[in-house]
Amino acid sequence: MSGDAEATRRSALGQVRGYGSAKEGVAHWWTQRLTSVALIVLGCWFVVSLLALPAFDYVTLVRWMRSGWTALPLILFAAVATWHSELGVRVIIEDYVHEVGAKTLALAFSTFIHVVIGAASVLAVLKVALGGPP
Amino acid sequence: MRATASNGAPARGRPLSPHLTVYRMRRYCLLTSFSNRAAGGILSLGLPLFAYWLISLASGERWYESTHAVLGHPALLAFYALLLLAFAYHLIAGIRHLIWDTGRGLERAQSRTSAWVVIACSLVLAGLLIWWAMSRAGGPALPAAGASLSPAHAASIARAPA
Repeated sequence: MSGDAEATRRSALGQVRGYGSAKEGVAHWWTQRLTSVALIVLGCWFVVSLLALPAFDYVTLVRWMRSGWTALPLILFAAVATWHSELGVRVIIEDYVHEVGAKTLALAFSTFIHVVIGAASVLAVLKVALGGPP
Repeated sequence: MRATASNGAPARGRPLSPHLTVYRMRRYCLLTSFSNRAAGGILSLGLPLFAYWLISLASGERWYESTHAVLGHPALLAFYALLLLAFAYHLIAGIRHLIWDTGRGLERAQSRTSAWVVIACSLVLAGLLIWWAMSRAGGPALPAAGASLSPAHAASIARAPA
């Protein structure tokens, strides 16, 4: 600390700011758990229903995605998987990239990429699901 | 390290939660923790591919058929198998983490046992999924449009809403 005199001149808020819990410390942890529980269901659904398709040609896939029973879980899967991935990659970057500038850049890049991937995936499913006949 | 400053607030340089450089991991912990992270990283690498696949579907039939050379490339087929392995491992190791979060199974002997259970179950699950993917009608490759339909396929198309 730089000294007691300085500390006493600072406001009460200034003294505590940055020192501890603002009740947001568990947000990342909790969101990671929520998304992981959701992905147990959504991930298994995606893998099984994809592998159960008779073929991967355009017509089969488009008919599959047109069904409401596919479009909704597929959109949820794309969004939640991207979200969970952003949280996980964030922890990996925070643990392995120690230089502040590189870490900030890597975290920003990761978040941008994840948002683009998530939004593009959801848009693509919507376009197929709401489009005309294949 | 001082725990508090004179004003009662915690001093700077306060203790950090244990992380990689200060926490001595045991063999099993290191094995399963690191591989769960690696599996998650592999699955994250699958996301751009997933988005590319959806976008090419949304771009129309001609565009989608033209991506077969990319999406059906042998290197990517091997990567799909790796994705299935990573999915199986991350799923089961993740369930183990969720059980740990409830405060159960944290004893060393329990966690050692569960590490082997995770490895065994995920290898079996990955084997089943990869076998299923490779034994599908038409094989692992992406069949071209207009491939002959099996009766079950034709029936499923007939049932699907237009």
